[in-house]
Amino acid sequence: MLRIESITKIFGGLKALDEVSFTISAGEITGIIGPNGAGKTTLFNIVTGIYSPTSGKVFYEGKDITGFPPEKLAGLSMVRTFQGIELFGRMTVLENVMVGLHTKSRSGIIASAFKLPGHVREERRIRERASSWLEFAGLADLANTEAANLPFGKGRLLEIARAMAIEPHIILMDEPAAGLNSRETSDLADLIKKIKESGITVALVEHDMDLVMEICDRIVVLNLGHKLAEGSPREIQEDEKVITAYLGED
Amino acid sequence: MKQELLKFFLFTALIGIAPVFIGKGYLINVFVFVGIYTILAVALNLLLGLAGQISLGQAAFFGLGAYISGVLTATHAVNPWLSMVIAVVTVGIIAFILGFPILKLKGHYLAMATLGMGIIVYIIFNETVDITGGPSGLSGIPHLSLGGIIFNSDLKNYYLVWFFAVTIILLSVNLAASRIGRALRAIHDSEVAARIMGVNARLLKVQIFSISGVISALAGSLYAHTVTFISPTSFGFNVSIELLTMVIIGGLGSIYGSFLGAAILTLLPEFFRTFQDYDIIVYGLTLIVITMFMPGGLVRGVPLLFRSLFKKEPMPQSNEKRG
Repeated sequence: MLRIESITKIFGGLKALDEVSFTISAGEITGIIGPNGAGKTTLFNIVTGIYSPTSGKVFYEGKDITGFPPEKLAGLSMVRTFQGIELFGRMTVLENVMVGLHTKSRSGIIASAFKLPGHVREERRIRERASSWLEFAGLADLANTEAANLPFGKGRLLEIARAMAIEPHIILMDEPAAGLNSRETSDLADLIKKIKESGITVALVEHDMDLVMEICDRIVVLNLGHKLAEGSPREIQEDEKVITAYLGED
Repeated sequence: MKQELLKFFLFTALIGIAPVFIGKGYLINVFVFVGIYTILAVALNLLLGLAGQISLGQAAFFGLGAYISGVLTATHAVNPWLSMVIAVVTVGIIAFILGFPILKLKGHYLAMATLGMGIIVYIIFNETVDITGGPSGLSGIPHLSLGGIIFNSDLKNYYLVWFFAVTIILLSVNLAASRIGRALRAIHDSEVAARIMGVNARLLKVQIFSISGVISALAGSLYAHTVTFISPTSFGFNVSIELLTMVIIGGLGSIYGSFLGAAILTLLPEFFRTFQDYDIIVYGLTLIVITMFMPGGLVRGVPLLFRSLFKKEPMPQSNEKRG
């Protein structure tokens, strides 16, 4: 599904990632964990085309996508969410999800300005599909709220609903549970499981260990830009190196 | 949807019957200019209000439209309508090409680059005396005509200009409410998230810059054929600032707000002649006051103000991100 091959990223003199390689298998939930500064978010930024790597390659569905810009990856059904949620604050909740359907619609500037019949039909279809994604995320009653006015937890759900609207094959979530209370986190866990059940591959960077251990099929541990370990949740929990990295040496 | 259409028809009807109240005097002439500035303000609003990309050089496109139309008709005797089409298409292409390097910039840098563009074009109008007539201007530009009607009176020009203004307003309202409009607003709020959603932000910004140029050039061409005389001062830096003030007074992203801004800033100086020499100071102060106290502009701000005055509701905090 997604293969990361000896990715190195150097910022100035700092090696954020050093020859990191691993594979994310289709249909699974893969957790990427590690202490702060391990390079998790940098890795996501490279995979989703926000940074380009200093060296190494990213393969997605058998294709070399290294350095592809984000908008092109959206066309290939790859999507992500952000650590400090990136919503379109001055647009309504529904409109946010409608932007998620950008790649699923094609009306150009002329068709939009002159309201050509094809555009009007397409617009109706976008609206309906966006509404059904709001249902999926349990946000239907907030459809006309301005996104900036949402409580944080709902904002997270909206970001996921918007990402789902592009009908991704893979969704990368950067700390989806950050800032959520335990009730919201358990709702989130259910939502992520629901996403997996619909056949979508999930990769998540997360600090909430309970959540990671509960929902992940596989876990990759990064530490200081290196891959430290990789395996099932049970294997990771028992891994000496991982325990040392998290708790420090005696 | 229905509401938008009703608003548009009401607006158009109002514009249609307005001359009855304005009369045939000097004021109708002023309203011709309100129409031209409405077109220009809407053009800037598509760029600034929707996409969040500032331009301090809109007068360049306005001027290029006027000069291309003017020179082609006055010097080379080309048909005025044809010259209008040539002006609009040429400026569209110029804006598209310039847009790629310019719109790579953000914030203050973008403001400076577009400012520079405006100043360079202004200098070209002044210095290419053989073509433009330089500072003394270009005269003898013919009026437009259509099937025997020559648009040579203020009233005829009023309907000519407002036909275009109303059309541009309708198309802009449609565009703002569409998939493209949403993509532009998404770029405004979070460019990175918009790109993740598959919006080609780079191209779309250049496209809307180009469209903004095309509409401004149309206004320029209309200006040339209505006034029949053009000189560089009509397309200088302060015109770009004036347009920016109109958009901000009316409200970023509010298409009808742009009309309101254009109307206020065109009509006020007519009533307060003494402002003439201090106009740039008045614009500056207006900009400061509006951005501080009514960041959504008059169209959104005034209803909020009234509600808070009469219902004792507090003024809601603005969610505007200032860029």
